[in-house]
Amino acid sequence: MTTATLSLVGVTRRFGALSSGGSVAVDGLTLDVHPGELLALIGASGSGKTTTLRIIAGHEMPDEGRVFLDGRDITALPPRQRGFGMVFQHYALFPHMTVGDNVAFGLEARGVPKAERRERAARALANVGLANAGGRQVQSLSGGEQQRVALARALIIEPKVLLLDEPLSNLDPTLRRTTRDELRAMLHRLGVTALFVTHDQEDAFAVADRVALLERGRLLQVGRAEELYDRPATRSVAEFIGRATLVPARVSGDRAVLTIGGVARDVHVVMPNGETGDGSRYAVLRPDALEMADPASSGGWPGTIVERRFAGALLAYRVALAGDIEVEVHTTERGREIGESVGVRISREPVAVV
Amino acid sequence: MHTPNKTPRKTLRFPVPVIDPIAGSRGPSAIRSLQSRTLLLAAPVIAILAWTVVYPNISVIVGSLADGARAWKEFFASPADREAVVSTLIVSVGSVIAATLIGVPLAFLLARFEFRGRRTLSAIATLPAALPPLVGVVAFMFLYGESGVVTRIVQHALGLERAPWSLTGLWAIVFVHAYTMYVYVFLFVSAGLERIDTTLDEAAEGLGASRAVRLRRVTLPLLTPSIGGAMLLVFMSALGSFSAPYVFGGGIRVLSTQIVASKLNGNLGLAYVETTVLALAAIVGLVVLRRFERRRSYAMSGKGRQTRVVVTSPLARALLPALAIATVAVLLLPHAMVVLVSFARDGAWTTQVLPPEYTLDNFRRMATDPALWVPIRNSVTMALIATAANVVVCFVAAYLIVLRRFPGRRLLELLVAIPWAIPATAIAIGLASTFNRNDPLTLRVLLVGTFWILPLAYFIRGIPLVATAVEGSLKQMDPSLEDAAHGLGGSWLMAVRRVILPAARPGLIAGALLAAVTAVGEFVASIVLYTHANRPIAVEILAQLRSLAFGTAAAYSVLLIGLVLTITLLARWTEGRMARSGSPVGA
Repeated sequence: MTTATLSLVGVTRRFGALSSGGSVAVDGLTLDVHPGELLALIGASGSGKTTTLRIIAGHEMPDEGRVFLDGRDITALPPRQRGFGMVFQHYALFPHMTVGDNVAFGLEARGVPKAERRERAARALANVGLANAGGRQVQSLSGGEQQRVALARALIIEPKVLLLDEPLSNLDPTLRRTTRDELRAMLHRLGVTALFVTHDQEDAFAVADRVALLERGRLLQVGRAEELYDRPATRSVAEFIGRATLVPARVSGDRAVLTIGGVARDVHVVMPNGETGDGSRYAVLRPDALEMADPASSGGWPGTIVERRFAGALLAYRVALAGDIEVEVHTTERGREIGESVGVRISREPVAVV
Repeated sequence: MHTPNKTPRKTLRFPVPVIDPIAGSRGPSAIRSLQSRTLLLAAPVIAILAWTVVYPNISVIVGSLADGARAWKEFFASPADREAVVSTLIVSVGSVIAATLIGVPLAFLLARFEFRGRRTLSAIATLPAALPPLVGVVAFMFLYGESGVVTRIVQHALGLERAPWSLTGLWAIVFVHAYTMYVYVFLFVSAGLERIDTTLDEAAEGLGASRAVRLRRVTLPLLTPSIGGAMLLVFMSALGSFSAPYVFGGGIRVLSTQIVASKLNGNLGLAYVETTVLALAAIVGLVVLRRFERRRSYAMSGKGRQTRVVVTSPLARALLPALAIATVAVLLLPHAMVVLVSFARDGAWTTQVLPPEYTLDNFRRMATDPALWVPIRNSVTMALIATAANVVVCFVAAYLIVLRRFPGRRLLELLVAIPWAIPATAIAIGLASTFNRNDPLTLRVLLVGTFWILPLAYFIRGIPLVATAVEGSLKQMDPSLEDAAHGLGGSWLMAVRRVILPAARPGLIAGALLAAVTAVGEFVASIVLYTHANRPIAVEILAQLRSLAFGTAAAYSVLLIGLVLTITLLARWTEGRMARSGSPVGA
């Protein structure tokens, strides 16, 4: 399958006049998707993910900026000439056609003879584990099957880039977890360049090679999932990705002093994007980088457990520290109870500051 | 965890052209080509609708001012016109009250209670709407007119010398309207009740609300938009109603009949003024109704589960089926009466309760006598022509309205809705005032007095019916289907052929059948515009009635009812087939 580099340069899309309550859906977005890469576009509702995807697909025009494919400007190219595959959020399967006709539609549009269409559609369906489903009606499919048909339909045209709009959001949680593993495996096997939009960071982490986080149409950070988690570029990223408690920190060099309730601790920190400079910042305390200790032991902040939640392999405790600060601690320790006095200390350094 | 409608719907559409000159000049060609195709499609459709729908109305308004304000002064000074305005309002308000009083309880009864006879009653409840306008009036004449069957039975039973009532005047008009128009209220309220999630009621009950409190605080507020919309619809129908006032008015004048009278008297200026007043009132009604409809759909969550209470009280168990049978009888009586009279020998039925002689002659003559066959051929031909035009124009219009964004979309929406609001009399007067001479400069073509004026009138009346139905179908379609077709490399034509048309098909068929039904039985515009050569069935029925050939008139009516029923059943059948073969996946 062909691979390509997709680039967005300064893409901006406004809806309505700004003066009369319009809004900027996408704001100066610049982003590259490398050959064979799975890039996830994440963000809250209204962050401009879907509009970005529609601009890439050609269903929407940017007011400013350019879209390039392998260095060629495709901003003005109609969707049908881009040769992208798209999986829509609700799949957009043609309800009046059979599964086979749906999958073969892109070939029909390219004037591929009927016999070949049928054969290739059958193969595409077999590829997504739906061999022999070609004659079925779209309505008879389950949600997961519809998703796979939509994928087969998008892949049959050997797309230069595959676009997926919330492909997992209509699946129930169990199916969702297996589907996303399958999706990742399949896309990697085919080596297809793919961009997928989701509001669910777990989906993004599970499927994508890199993650781009949008907020109000702006790109906050793009990188591998752990980069966004461990070294958030801004406070918004730190708050959006994973769980975190932000604690005031005085930075000097690669160390900082965190003071909670008068108890100061000196930690090794890492600045976003290799920034330098001393001053007041916030330290990002992640639940998995904290541990419990005896209230009296040194190196910890004293607090009280206020909430206890079983989270599979780990237990999640919420601990109220002094000064109205609450942190969450993920640990394998199971014996602690609500109301217990504990100490909380940092177990993994460096700590990110934003 | 998914968030429906997280992007405003307009982001799913193509952008309207940017007016910013810089942005416009470098406007990308892809969307521009789609945009120009949209405009290329929209221009002729808007032109056709502007020419046939708007232009005649403007022509009427201009005509009303032809003599300066003379015609308007005459209108305001004329006692007859003042009376007509007052009567029109009384008839309209009276019809609303009567239709609501019948429609709302009936809808509640059928939606909320289970009792013997419920199924039959709900199958019959909408039947009055299936009567072509003039046929309903004719049936009422046979039943409740001065020499009608029911009237005679009451007269004999009470031993009266004269008929106990005469079916004339305001109350007679309201009586007929109540019968035909309660169906709107019934349908709206039934649909409203169906949409209400009964768990809302259960929630209120769980919170301790009594049945009366639940009705007052939960059900009725949720239904207000439905009831209000239906009442407005009845008001507008009654406002423009012509058949009932024309036949039963007696000395009563209403605006619609007054218009025709003024035209026949040769006072065209006055007729134009009256038409303008009536059309304006209707447009105001349309605007208010649209406002209402926008507010109508409370976001009902859940599946709207329906539960019917099984009636247990012994008294109600005994009374309800009897009431249901009586209601069914009243509803069916007009149809039955028309069928009965269609077998009566013309001229034999005078003072008897029921026609004394029966024969198949009326139908035989209709099939053999060319003079009697002509109206049938006319109606069917003209309805087919009008419907074919409706299908083409309305499909394009609905496609543009639902799936495209372009300047003029709102205008198109309005153009499509106008003929629905404007009373048929006003449409007819507009056509008569516009297409009465050949004048290329003012875009006039001589159609009055030719065959083509009636197909044109039927076409105009059919526009909102077909367009609304197609819009309904297309709105159910997930708009990303068209994007998907384009994204997979399909050309615009391929997307239309393989995706849009199939999605529009149920509405296209239902709308076309409805338009055909309406056109075949059309009376109001026809009576103003027909010539002897293209006289349709409804006009012929009136002519037969005037010559006291009740049997022949009834036979025509039966034929019309038969046509309407056939087409309606055909529509249901295709709908059922569509439903089985799958409805579009909603977004």
